[in-house]
Amino acid sequence: MSSRRSRSRQSGGGSSTISDDQIADLVSKLQQLIPELHSRRSDKVSASKVLQETCNYIRNLHREVDDLSDRLSELLASTDANSAQAAIIRSLLM
Amino acid sequence: MASHSISNPEANSNRLPDSKRSKKRRRIATENQAGQLHNSSTENQTRWKSTSEQQIYSSRLVEALRQSRRTSSAPATGNGVRKTAYRVLAAAAKGRTRWSRAILTNGLRLRQQHKKKKVKVTGGIRSRKPVVKKRLPVLQRKVKVLGRLVPGCRKLSFPNLLEEATDYIAALEMQVRAMAALAGLFTRAEAEEADTSDRLGSNLS
Repeated sequence: MSSRRSRSRQSGGGSSTISDDQIADLVSKLQQLIPELHSRRSDKVSASKVLQETCNYIRNLHREVDDLSDRLSELLASTDANSAQAAIIRSLLM
Repeated sequence: MASHSISNPEANSNRLPDSKRSKKRRRIATENQAGQLHNSSTENQTRWKSTSEQQIYSSRLVEALRQSRRTSSAPATGNGVRKTAYRVLAAAAKGRTRWSRAILTNGLRLRQQHKKKKVKVTGGIRSRKPVVKKRLPVLQRKVKVLGRLVPGCRKLSFPNLLEEATDYIAALEMQVRAMAALAGLFTRAEAEEADTSDRLGSNLS
């Protein structure tokens, strides 16, 4: 099958042909989120670069969450006093 | 919300055989979700950036962590904290996004399995073709990688995938901010506890 047909099937539904403009629009929207690409002008960054940086950014965020999880688990293990944690919760809610 | 909008198509597709009906329902559901996602995506993004949302998440996370420590006999590992953090984050999304639903149904098994796989970038003539009438395979490959990174979005269409990724990134950023703040609070609390116990000890002696 041609690649275009398989793409349209993948996107699902009859009105599934995605225009290039739509893609460029979405990619530019994505570019706004990535801190590294935010400063550059949109016409200089290719869609491929935006996607690559997006993947890298998500991977970085995952890694940060993992590191923070490890840190929190250690802190929770040592700070076993419930009073400290209750105080934290109270301070968070206020 | 979602159920209301797909109720009509479901009635129409009653005549189709089972496999086609479920496929059509899934397709229509995806389209409807895409429409809703687009409308609510902007308000979702501002939601993840608000401090109140972060505070709510932090308190829920602490509660969930305390609960898991009380119920399970094993000490809290980093992995357990991670799973709880993602679970609470997905719950905060209130089922509006695909990635949050995927996390709540699957847990985080998938991410651990695919952690070691690397994407091979096959350089060569194919990727260096100057003609760009249709989308290059390189772009498709990157889209695939992105689809694997966002939970539950492997077979999503490109626009839907980008919408999901947008929301997912905003949520992840909030999660990182919240957990970093919590770690700071716990560190300070621990230091204060140590100070207090030292002072008490010195008073008694």
